[in-house]
Amino acid sequence: MITVKELTKRYARNTAVDHISFEIQKGQIVGFLGPNGAGKTTTMRMLTCFMPPTSGTATVAGFDVLEEPMEVKKRIGYLPETPPLYPEMRTGEYLEFVGRLKGLRKPELEKRVDYVCERCAVADVRDKLISKLSKGYRQRVGLAQAIIHNPDVLILDEPTAGLDPKQINETRDLIKSLAGDHTIILSTHILPEVEQTCEQVIIINKGKVIATDSVNNLQSRARGAESVLIEVAGRNGSLDSAAIQSRLEKVSGVNKVVFKEKKESRNVFEIESGKGRLVRGDLARAIVEAGWDLNELRPSAMSLEEVFLQLTGQPEAAPKEAAAAKGAS
Amino acid sequence: MRNVLIIWRKELRSYFVSPVAYLLLAMFAVIFGFFFWNILGYFVFTSMESQMRGEMFPMNVNEQVIRPLLSNVGVIGLFFIPMITMRLFAEEKRSGTIELLATSPIRDGEIILGKWLAALTLYAGLLLLTALNFVFLFKYGSPDWKPLAIGYLGLLLQAGALLAIGMFISTLTKNQIIAGATTFGVCLLLWVLEWVGGYETATWASVLSYMSVVTHIGSFSKGLLDSKDVVYYVTLIFLGIFFTARSLESLRWRS
Repeated sequence: MITVKELTKRYARNTAVDHISFEIQKGQIVGFLGPNGAGKTTTMRMLTCFMPPTSGTATVAGFDVLEEPMEVKKRIGYLPETPPLYPEMRTGEYLEFVGRLKGLRKPELEKRVDYVCERCAVADVRDKLISKLSKGYRQRVGLAQAIIHNPDVLILDEPTAGLDPKQINETRDLIKSLAGDHTIILSTHILPEVEQTCEQVIIINKGKVIATDSVNNLQSRARGAESVLIEVAGRNGSLDSAAIQSRLEKVSGVNKVVFKEKKESRNVFEIESGKGRLVRGDLARAIVEAGWDLNELRPSAMSLEEVFLQLTGQPEAAPKEAAAAKGAS
Repeated sequence: MRNVLIIWRKELRSYFVSPVAYLLLAMFAVIFGFFFWNILGYFVFTSMESQMRGEMFPMNVNEQVIRPLLSNVGVIGLFFIPMITMRLFAEEKRSGTIELLATSPIRDGEIILGKWLAALTLYAGLLLLTALNFVFLFKYGSPDWKPLAIGYLGLLLQAGALLAIGMFISTLTKNQIIAGATTFGVCLLLWVLEWVGGYETATWASVLSYMSVVTHIGSFSKGLLDSKDVVYYVTLIFLGIFFTARSLESLRWRS
């Protein structure tokens, strides 16, 4: 559906996108992952024909973005980072305007506006001014606008940025539900978002693709093994950390137990187990049987920084990326 | 053509859902009304005076009311044009909606033409409002309507040229105030250039004076349709639209 070859965008002083190549099959949801300033938006803008590439080619649905931009634009729905809304319009009016802009005509247009209002859950604000809408609604109107002409390809630039957790979940579910009909590219700098919504991931950093893989592969590549954080406390007074550690090490499937910290009577350990071994139940049982309290047991989250560290294998470059990613979130 | 109409409708709508259009219409009507009243009052005064003296000066409504009125409207227009054009592209750039337009299957030329026509339509609306005053002139006097029509055509052409220039300036910035102030400065300059021709007769002076938009409105106000002046305005319109198109294109390469 989308083929990108050696795509490059150079500005006067810096190169935003540096010879990237990838291919996306029809019907896939692909996550574009990278810290801010990695070149995600620039790549998306070239795919949507907003700006021409300096060199290289990109074809969308078989049409080149430079040779036949009109054909590409007809087949693309685009949601920029800030939804392109006219605050003085009403929601329905706005969607009609965008539909007309994309070439829809009267009977079809009305049907599509009804459909996208229903699909993106904005039907109840159809007659409201966009300037009066909440952030979550605006984002959904933005999505509705992107799918109004039923495009083959949907390009979403950080669709969940700035939303509250409930809205983030709603938006993710909406995007997932759209996957059947459209090929979707979404950009993000949040790793769990990719894990939850996408099938395929393209990781870019400093304008270069550093990994293209399926989500499952990426996880195992980055993780190698499963790791669990566990917090144990004693009923009466303090416990001997070493005793707990040795007990935990006896649980089958556990590779390594690392003592993290001790706060009063609470002991925190990080436990690594072999890939595919479900040790959490056994760990819990072992602790309870020993007469201790299990305060907390959770899989330790892999952060974007760590993924970069492991994928790029450049520890000295990592702190900078981590700072950039943190500053953005 | 269909795309031009889509943009035209959207632009006109946004003029009329905000107070901008109503404010401009009201202010224009009041100022024009004042000029009309003032000039007509002077006309009545001079004709009474000439009657009392017994001297029969030839009095002509076209020459003594319509002509000065229309030249004045041309100048008032200079002050209104920045307010019409400043938001055209600056607002789209600021709010990011330019990305929607630029990624839709519609040509830059269609966007520009739609916006320019919408601005011109609003200006034509302002002029239409002034027709109310002329209803009275035709009821109580008998002016010739042809010079009046030509005068209005001249005003529309002049506005078209300045609107195209204002639209171009609006593509250069995200800030409406900057776009408006710059357009106002340019409009003012294009007006005062005419003054050079008043005292200086060298070639450079006549060239400067020729560049002024006010120089060319004179013949229209007199009721003369001079091809030289029509060509001047049409050229300016094309230049403004051409520069707007180039500016939009360069925006894509830079942004």
